[in-house]
Amino acid sequence: MSPWLVLAGLGAFHGLNPAMGWLFAVALGLNRDSRRAMWLSLLPIALGHALSVAVVVALVVALGMVVDPHLLRLISGTLLILWAAWHMLYGHRHRVRVGMQTGLAGLGLWSFLMATSHGAGLMLVPVIIPLCLAATPARELTAAGSLPVSLAAIGLHMAAMLAVTAAIAAAVFEWLGVGILRRGWINLDALWIAALTATGLSLIL
Amino acid sequence: MASWRPDPSFYPSPRLAAKAPVETLAYVAAFDPERQKPDTIAVVDLDPGSPSYSRIVGQVEMPNIGDELHHFGWNACSSCLCPNAPHPHMERRYLIVPGLRSSRLHIIDTRPEPRQPKIVKVIEPEEIAERAGYSRLHTIHCGPEGIYVNALGNAEGKEPGGIFLIDPVSFDVMGQWEMERGPQKLAYDFWWHLGHDTMITSEWGTPDTFENGLVPEVLLGSKYGRRLHFWDLHKRKHVQEIDFGEEHQLVFELRPAHDPRKAYGFVGCVISLKDLSASIWTWYRDDGKWAVKKVIEIPAEPADPALLPPVLKGFGAVAPLVTDIDLSMDDRFLYVSCWGTGDMIQYDVSDPFKPVETGRVRIGGIVSRAGHPGSKNGKLNGGPQMVEISRDGKRIYFTNSLYGAIDPQFYPDGIDGWMVKLNAGENGGIRFDEKFFVDWPKGHRPHQVRLEGGDCSSDSYCYP
Repeated sequence: MSPWLVLAGLGAFHGLNPAMGWLFAVALGLNRDSRRAMWLSLLPIALGHALSVAVVVALVVALGMVVDPHLLRLISGTLLILWAAWHMLYGHRHRVRVGMQTGLAGLGLWSFLMATSHGAGLMLVPVIIPLCLAATPARELTAAGSLPVSLAAIGLHMAAMLAVTAAIAAAVFEWLGVGILRRGWINLDALWIAALTATGLSLIL
Repeated sequence: MASWRPDPSFYPSPRLAAKAPVETLAYVAAFDPERQKPDTIAVVDLDPGSPSYSRIVGQVEMPNIGDELHHFGWNACSSCLCPNAPHPHMERRYLIVPGLRSSRLHIIDTRPEPRQPKIVKVIEPEEIAERAGYSRLHTIHCGPEGIYVNALGNAEGKEPGGIFLIDPVSFDVMGQWEMERGPQKLAYDFWWHLGHDTMITSEWGTPDTFENGLVPEVLLGSKYGRRLHFWDLHKRKHVQEIDFGEEHQLVFELRPAHDPRKAYGFVGCVISLKDLSASIWTWYRDDGKWAVKKVIEIPAEPADPALLPPVLKGFGAVAPLVTDIDLSMDDRFLYVSCWGTGDMIQYDVSDPFKPVETGRVRIGGIVSRAGHPGSKNGKLNGGPQMVEISRDGKRIYFTNSLYGAIDPQFYPDGIDGWMVKLNAGENGGIRFDEKFFVDWPKGHRPHQVRLEGGDCSSDSYCYP
């Protein structure tokens, strides 16, 4: 499958998860009785998510410039599996920093923290690293070579995430109502942990 | 432990919760005032179609004696669906049961057999004192950061009382909740407005001023609690204090509106030093700050001093002693327990500043000793106390004991426990269910009631 398609697919997967923001946008819209509040919330949610992904990708690329590719895969793979384990054991322990009265900046911060703690950026590593490598003739990780392709990758991921977030938020806000949560909120955290583990294994093996 | 879908008893909004199925069981804390036998959580059958309707059908004994079980709660509830701290794939399964006197915390599993709950973990007071710095555990709420427990004393049993957190999965004590306490010293009840990122706490007193009964000098000196404290729920910082003034003593049960958009709630004040009246206050947002207004005053009733306990003889009147209140899920009806006079009063609080009385029944009472059609003994003692409302607002349950050391100050000849049920009309009005009278087994007194699947003081909501 094209790596670009995978990036977009992961964006959709992240957007689908209520814990990544569409639900927060719906709640703010309902509590403030404002369609505008719902739509406006989507922007900081997408930006916070993209920023979190960007930070992780930058760190991995930076690491890739000093260690050889095999070691890089081993380190990122192990990190992903540890992240999955942490999430499974302690994912329910929240230090809640952002509440229902939050402004847009708080919402962006919340999205950044949620994406980071869920390991959203880590999940993209196995797709983005090969793209960065392919961007240079010598197939090496370089800052100059990685920057444009990483930005494009993150941009695509964010666009897919935002599209799905917006579609679900609008559908729940306008038509479905939050009653859908009672049966429809399947355990995406479990799928998420599986995805983190699978990604980690794919890097190591 | 994690499930594939949210627990079916979690509801995103109070509007949806009001459509929940009818409860069939109640869990009731019962304690032995003599501290000779273990306290229990009793299971009461609430299904009118069942042959054991209105009877105790199961119970679990605590492993120690003298806990004085008080207010308890669930490990998880509807707030698990909140968007900012989602963890919905939990079960509402464990009762978190604190001992007010022992400072011990019991985790009780209500599955697989809800009528035969079992203790699965006991957290000893030493661990709580060491990890959280508190003792005298009072109230439990499930919330955004796990299980919140409040305590009336610090590790040494002195002020300040406060709140600590328990991990909702492992039940480990995580530590003190407050990050900036401000002027708060006394504790009693706590709850929050999830839609307004605000926690509210109320005040009773330090353990030495209530563990042997109310101390008249402390009361008359206005040294018991009389303040509300408002906190930033997420920064965990004290924001504002409101003093009800010297006249008012014992600011107790907090009932914020269930609708997360509404920034108001109700709190009961047990007694006025001026005229023994009780009062209900509404807190609300006013120009960017919190404010309070007294919206109900329930007067004392003149009585023959010969019929009064020593503590009231000199006044020649029965104090109403409002010791619990509860708000229906639609924020429309407020129920007020007058433990002294024996009244349970229903107010329409659609306009939170202009309550209108819509119903009243009398049972027990210091002087009236009013009876119940279902009781064999005509005269009943104790009075309406811990009150709980079904999620649909149609049924109200309450018990008659306040606190082991205080019961005999107002009911010197003792309290025989009972639990009763009211049916509420669509637009107000309350009457007893004549078939529901739990004549509590001698040796124990019933206190707080929790309804299967949740009730009107167990869950909080993030969506309107």
